[in-house]
Amino acid sequence: MAGRKKERFVQIKRFLTNGKVLFGSIVLLLLVFTSITAPFIAPHDPNEQDITATKRPPFWMGGGDSNHILGTDSLGRDVFSRLLYGSRVAMFVAVVGTFFAGLIGVPLALLAGFYRGAVDNLISRFVDIWISFPPILLSIVLMAVLGTGLTKVALAIILVDWTRFCRVIRGEVFNITEKDFILAAKAIALSNLRIIVKEVFPNIVPLLIVLVTLEMGIAIIVEAILSFVGLSVEASIPAWGQMIALGRLYIHQAWWIMVFPMMCIIISVFGLNLLGDGLREVLDPRLKVIEMK
Amino acid sequence: MVTTLFGVSIIAFVILRVIPGNPIVMMLPPQATQQDILELKAQYGLDKPILVQYGIWLMNVAQGDFGVSIHMKQDVMELIMERLPATLELVLAATAIALILGIFIGTLSIMKKGTFVDKLGSLLAILGLSIPDFLWGLLFIIFLGVFWHVLPISGRIASTYTLKTITGFFLVDSLLKVDFKGFYSAFLHLILPAFSLALPLTAIVIRVIKSSLLEVVKEDYILLARVKGLSERVVIFLHALRNALIPTTTIVGVQFGFMMGGTVLVEIIYSWPGLGKMAVTAIITRDLPLIQGVVLVLAFIFVIVNLIVDLLYTFMNPKIRYG
Repeated sequence: MAGRKKERFVQIKRFLTNGKVLFGSIVLLLLVFTSITAPFIAPHDPNEQDITATKRPPFWMGGGDSNHILGTDSLGRDVFSRLLYGSRVAMFVAVVGTFFAGLIGVPLALLAGFYRGAVDNLISRFVDIWISFPPILLSIVLMAVLGTGLTKVALAIILVDWTRFCRVIRGEVFNITEKDFILAAKAIALSNLRIIVKEVFPNIVPLLIVLVTLEMGIAIIVEAILSFVGLSVEASIPAWGQMIALGRLYIHQAWWIMVFPMMCIIISVFGLNLLGDGLREVLDPRLKVIEMK
Repeated sequence: MVTTLFGVSIIAFVILRVIPGNPIVMMLPPQATQQDILELKAQYGLDKPILVQYGIWLMNVAQGDFGVSIHMKQDVMELIMERLPATLELVLAATAIALILGIFIGTLSIMKKGTFVDKLGSLLAILGLSIPDFLWGLLFIIFLGVFWHVLPISGRIASTYTLKTITGFFLVDSLLKVDFKGFYSAFLHLILPAFSLALPLTAIVIRVIKSSLLEVVKEDYILLARVKGLSERVVIFLHALRNALIPTTTIVGVQFGFMMGGTVLVEIIYSWPGLGKMAVTAIITRDLPLIQGVVLVLAFIFVIVNLIVDLLYTFMNPKIRYG
């Protein structure tokens, strides 16, 4: 018992001492925090327009004031407050989009990788067809079909990105089902369902966690792309991509309208990618061996 | 391969037919009668059942006829062929940049492990993946187009040039006409959009090169090369890199296919008159024949590129060739 406890302690320590995991977790926690508390910590209503104070620069520049710390946009809306609210859209698509994309992709991958043969053929062929459709165009077409709205953006992301889970996990399932312990499980006549759920699935979890963090970053980018083209959430909901599209029009007079939402996207995705990268280092047993040498 | 194209065409067809928003109604003036709408619908064949429409379209496509754009009233194939070179030029340039930069940085960071170059490579690798092409594009526009006005940020060539196209590739066309100023202008216009597309791919190349080089240098023949007393540079660049390039080719090839359909945002940002920009306009105006045509052509390119990658892989990897 003591040994196991110590093992767990070592594991936690490994998580915390990995700089990438630490930084990534902080970014993720910050995102979760701002998306939950946006209405309480935002200094202004994100849609409140102040025609007398349009395109105000951030507070440290001449003409800026502490009332609008990151300035205002072309309609006099507070950039900082809109960024906080924007993180809600980003978090929503990241969490919901990734969860359901995984929910479709992973079971299909398990089926394809475990049963192989005809099942694998059918699923893989379908995935091949699906990814031949240019992803960005597919998501834009989908949004044109579905119409704007938060849940619809998430749906478009799910429909485009489930293939990533399916492709990557399928390969891993192929590797795992080659292993002796799967043969052993088959030899003692465990049911296929049980082997998949109890023997195969736990072994893909490390890879799955990494994929999830990466996919969350991708979901945030896709939403930004869609709202940049004007095909995402309704105009009344502040989203980062939308802010970028608006800021682009005033790039010569008021760079901050565009630059801050860009920074938000870059830092979020950078953090999530670092987290994925770090988790891979910590969780991948093959890399652990190298580390010990 | 044919099945894949079939599948794509069916998906495209079905999704597009359920799009709310009638392209016919959008074409006509508001005072048009129901009769006018029906007549125009019949003219474009949109009054028939989806299956019949699909059959007719497929028959025509098999004969090289992609129909006429509803919005632009021009032959779809013509429209695509006008814009394909622009997108292709952009993607080819981006791929070249990514390969050169990626292989160079990746290899150097293996040779000088733990040094500044290595760390820079790692940082670039993760930054490249975290910042999508359109954000690179906007960053470049802000810093190199607005703050320091050093490079052009819109279009393919200065508006003072009216290049009559031969191949559609401006770099090639201007050279064919021995118009060096035109070439220079086209080249300058290409830099920023190409780099925006290239950086995410560069990150991928760095990663693949690094991990495959790490595998390769463990091989016996590398040990032999070192025992022979060859310099580290020769060992890495002439002996190891050759085999490390095999997985790189595969991945770059696949990414090339993705990029052809992924230039949309960069084209919009840089007003680059390519396929992606046209596709978005087509989607927004519900120009069904045009969207179908673009999607099918992009899917075709994607499939062909993957086929070429498979062939290249066999060619580069003797294990498979003789296996």
